[in-house]
Amino acid sequence: MQFYASPEQIMRDRAEYARKNIARGRNAVVLTCADGVLFVTENVSTALHKVSEIYDRIGFAAVGRYNEFENLRRAGVRMADLNGFSYDRRDVTGRMLANAYAQTLGAIFTDQTKPFEVEICVAEVGTTPADDELYKITYDGTVHDFPSGVLAMGGNADAIVENIGADHQPDEPLATALRLAVRGLGSVGGEGGAPRTLPPNQLEVAVLDRARTGRTFRRITGAALTAMLEQAPEAAQGGYSSGKGGDAADSAANGDNSNT
Amino acid sequence: MATAAQTNERNHVAADLDTSRGMPAIFANTGTSSFTQFLAVAAPDLLPGRRPLPPGVTAEHGTHATTIVALACDGGVVMAGDRRATMGNLIGSRDIEKVHSADPYSLVGTAGTAGVAIEMVRLFQVELEHYEKIEGATLSLEGKSNRLAAMIRNNLGAALQGLAVVPLYAGFDLAATEPATAGRIFSYDVAGGLYEERSGYDAVGSGSLFARSALKKRFRTGLPVDDAIRLAVEALYDAADDDTATGGPDLTRKIYPVVMTATAEGTRRLSEEQAAAVAESVVAARMENPGG
Repeated sequence: MQFYASPEQIMRDRAEYARKNIARGRNAVVLTCADGVLFVTENVSTALHKVSEIYDRIGFAAVGRYNEFENLRRAGVRMADLNGFSYDRRDVTGRMLANAYAQTLGAIFTDQTKPFEVEICVAEVGTTPADDELYKITYDGTVHDFPSGVLAMGGNADAIVENIGADHQPDEPLATALRLAVRGLGSVGGEGGAPRTLPPNQLEVAVLDRARTGRTFRRITGAALTAMLEQAPEAAQGGYSSGKGGDAADSAANGDNSNT
Repeated sequence: MATAAQTNERNHVAADLDTSRGMPAIFANTGTSSFTQFLAVAAPDLLPGRRPLPPGVTAEHGTHATTIVALACDGGVVMAGDRRATMGNLIGSRDIEKVHSADPYSLVGTAGTAGVAIEMVRLFQVELEHYEKIEGATLSLEGKSNRLAAMIRNNLGAALQGLAVVPLYAGFDLAATEPATAGRIFSYDVAGGLYEERSGYDAVGSGSLFARSALKKRFRTGLPVDDAIRLAVEALYDAADDDTATGGPDLTRKIYPVVMTATAEGTRRLSEEQAAAVAESVVAARMENPGG
């Protein structure tokens, strides 16, 4: 039996499908800071990474369906390594990868029945925070860049940016940025809109270290991560999740947002 | 729309690297974690050893890199190489670098046809990094040495026509149970044969006979790193003394051997000043006693 469905309807259905499934997963935050580009995501698995290295100064973060973004990540590593081997290491850029990902996801979105249920971030660390490049590529191949240095992904991305965007300074140290990112992740998805406290073992944290030469990507795990989360000089008694008064109200409003 | 001519034009970079409709399927294929195997499918023309060579021996057209020494020391290994490349009786380069870090814990030095060697080292470095990024784990030291053997083996055809490359591979074994046995050295032959040097030292290249003899007489197990560095530079001096294709420390131009170490802290290259200090003291000692 043949049906007619208008292109608008088909695209709308696909977009809704992808958005709905992405919103079911956890969120991720990418921030620029004085020491580099910081990736923070909620991830209970230590084996399956959501954040990883692509090239010398380029990192990758993703939310959504693991097998789909893992496939994209591998493709990115292969493309970067092939280009770096053919030309020079300096010729592999975040912009090039972001474009390739956009084309790939765009083609999948229009050509295939099921779109990829992913949002990915390609970030390149520069010599100064102003030179950092953050790109977010969504399931339909749209690329956004974030000169503000605050990027969030997942169902509650807008809410997170709203909650922490104003407090972000691109020239603050790594530990401060980390606590801000964790506060952002914890500000959404709590019971009745209340902020959650995220323990270190539920976080996956990595940084593109501005000071390093060559491969700049390093993971922050274990004791180093715990120490960074705990040193909160300005908000010693409240912990890192209570830095901002309006959190509860904000996330309550944004809780509604994420259901649409 | 890419025409056939356009596609051919970019073949020298990477076949099918046309991203106008997304990444080519080849990038997204599940499959190997090996960059070399990936290249064999995606861009075979980029692999050394895959190029057709005209019949006959081609050795005299290439630049040749010469002596590399490596020795185990307390807590790791030291590798050093002279800076000379030759073209027949001429100096091809005075300051070529033949010792490189292959990854954060291992070193590779190459003797033989310089062009092929440089390409092979670059490929080997990408191979190890690629595996690490795809798998999220590093290869074992044996695994790495086997990958290098496979690359040498693939170059056998060219090697038989005179474009041979013989590497020396050494590294700090992260799986070692005690620091005394953590530094390991692997040598190769042109056919890709892989031999672990359990004696704790080895040399490759045209001056290797003299360098190895020097090491044989003075090597002791468990040498401190600084003594091992000194011994490596002494061995290179002995090689340069008796082999015209090996260059000694060039004090007038300030060109000194490349000396690298691989220890628990990772690989490190001696700075120009440190290498100069060692080389100058070796030369000064030889002023007193030319035979060392």
